[in-house]
Amino acid sequence: MLIDFFLHLKSRKLPVSTKEFLTLLEAMRERVAGHSIDEFYYLSRACLVKDETKYDKFDQAFGEYFKGVEAIPGLETDIPEEWLRAMMRKHLTPEEKAKLEKLGWDKLMEQFQKRMEEQKGRHQGGSKWIGTGGTSPYGNSGYHPEGIRVGGESAGNRTAVKVWAEREYRNLDDTVELGTRNIKVALRRLRKFAREGAEEELDLDGTIEGTARNAGWLDLRMRPERHNKVKVLMFYDIGGSMDDHIKVCEEMFSACKTEFKHLEHFYFHNCVYDYVWRDNRRRHGERFPLWDVMHKYGRDYKLILVGDATMSPYEILQPGGSVEYNNEEAGAVWLGRLLDAYPSAVWLNPEPERFWEYRHSIDIIRRIVGNRMFPLTIEGLERAMRQLNK
Amino acid sequence: MRFEGTATYVATPDLKLAVNAAVTLQRPLLVKGEPGTGKTMLAEEVAAALGMPLLQWHIKSTTKAQQGLYEYDAVSRLRDSQLGEDKVRDIANYIVKGVLWQAFESEAPCVILIDEIDKADIEFPNDLLRELDRMEFYVYETRQLVRARHRPIVFITSNNEKELPDAFLRRCFFHYIKFPDRETMQKIVDVHYPGIKQALLKEALEVFFELRDIPGLKKKPSTSELIDWLKLLMAEDIPPEVLRSKDKKAAVPPLHGALLKNEQDVHLFERLVFMARQNR
Repeated sequence: MLIDFFLHLKSRKLPVSTKEFLTLLEAMRERVAGHSIDEFYYLSRACLVKDETKYDKFDQAFGEYFKGVEAIPGLETDIPEEWLRAMMRKHLTPEEKAKLEKLGWDKLMEQFQKRMEEQKGRHQGGSKWIGTGGTSPYGNSGYHPEGIRVGGESAGNRTAVKVWAEREYRNLDDTVELGTRNIKVALRRLRKFAREGAEEELDLDGTIEGTARNAGWLDLRMRPERHNKVKVLMFYDIGGSMDDHIKVCEEMFSACKTEFKHLEHFYFHNCVYDYVWRDNRRRHGERFPLWDVMHKYGRDYKLILVGDATMSPYEILQPGGSVEYNNEEAGAVWLGRLLDAYPSAVWLNPEPERFWEYRHSIDIIRRIVGNRMFPLTIEGLERAMRQLNK
Repeated sequence: MRFEGTATYVATPDLKLAVNAAVTLQRPLLVKGEPGTGKTMLAEEVAAALGMPLLQWHIKSTTKAQQGLYEYDAVSRLRDSQLGEDKVRDIANYIVKGVLWQAFESEAPCVILIDEIDKADIEFPNDLLRELDRMEFYVYETRQLVRARHRPIVFITSNNEKELPDAFLRRCFFHYIKFPDRETMQKIVDVHYPGIKQALLKEALEVFFELRDIPGLKKKPSTSELIDWLKLLMAEDIPPEVLRSKDKKAAVPPLHGALLKNEQDVHLFERLVFMARQNR
């Protein structure tokens, strides 16, 4: 029972597990939910989805699967369909009612839905809160025709049908939103606390415990200090086509600054060449040869390049292709050196992932970095952090 | 045993269902949501509604999973040993029971609240897997197995500061308390201030939801802030007409300090009001 539903969720890339599915079945057997589909929706969501950013995906998958189903298969139904019919009668015009007889139920249900969408549009467009009493058929009191009860218990005034159809959790989806705080949470994946270095700190708890276990003989214990041992080397593309992405890069940058103790950053333009710089205002005066950077920071640094990789392919592949000056070696050579120096590396691209394949230069860079290019969204960041942790 | 909300707590149907699933199947319920949406209160209210004692365990960044089970008080034992007390010979005298142990050996079933689990170390939830799943643990010092007499109802809250491990999530029910809509909010207010004037409430809610709609606020006012603000409005006996003005944007609501807690937000808000006035 419901195995198809489970597989459907799985095929929609929801991270559901067998254990959770069994829990759902157990809850059904214990009659936690009544027979209405609303309750089933809530129950299955509580059992199967453990992350509010996945609510939207679940709503969509649920809607797809249960399109037109008014009752849970396997459980004897009370009367949702009749209840729906009664509700329809209440909301439809006489002409539509006449059509109902002609067209049949399914067709009308569609129309009804269309009408609902229209109404919703107007509702949102205009004054938001006025008229909650009447405008939306799903909105408020008067929702139940008098005297008909559903599923033995009175349903709340917001039904799940509306919830998943409305996709209220859309803005929690992690492929869209990106704020400093969200970035920080994503970056935390990179935190690896470790005790390292010489013994230098008195381990008070250890000492007390050791002494007590020795029945009073003092047993001094030392321990190394705790460090976040992750070291990060960041390269930002700056200027030109990156101007569109300043805000997201700023957020990324400020989040990184507070999250890592060992963070070194440099700027480049379009592609890395002989020189990089630290302060964009003094970019022509104060430059660091890339060789020096690679010699100074060891292989244990994790390399993060942030750039849209949008340029002329010549800037990557040809010597002298740089828009800044006449470079002796091609950008690809320098980028390759950088990647050799830092085995753990990713390229973050603020351009949306769906545009990547249409830009030749993005494709080239992607090949050079060995497919380790990720979009600058929360979800992309997480993938990138996982890559860096490998 | 079913939870149907209480006289002082308004539960939406989806929340009730999640709670009842957790109660019936005796599995933990993980609750997330914006700050101020009543995550912690939920456990208190469920305990009160079902007539069970509530044991609370507030998590800090330094909390260890072991502390919820028991702690071995080595310092007292050391002190006692130097005083030559007799009880020093029995290690059991120095085992301090944690919240989970107390709950496990309680005569009647009880409710446990593990508050803000995301504050603790990343490994914290993993360390509690077996304890929450099987509801038992082993005390190495005294070689005894502690097993729950009645499986307690466990509520866990999280503010999303850290991601919780998958293995942990698979063992829980999950509910995200979304911000209440207007009707639910009205019910919540009715529950807290039954005597509030309908006119005042209507105007206040309008101002409140408009304030939440301002884009760019660092901290949107939440339910608990609304409740505080209403309390102030009632204490100051502010008439509803003050809140109502022809051009909503042009008036700064009285006592808005209760709603906006961030200096930048207050500036932003005042700037918007100023701009609205200019445009008139």
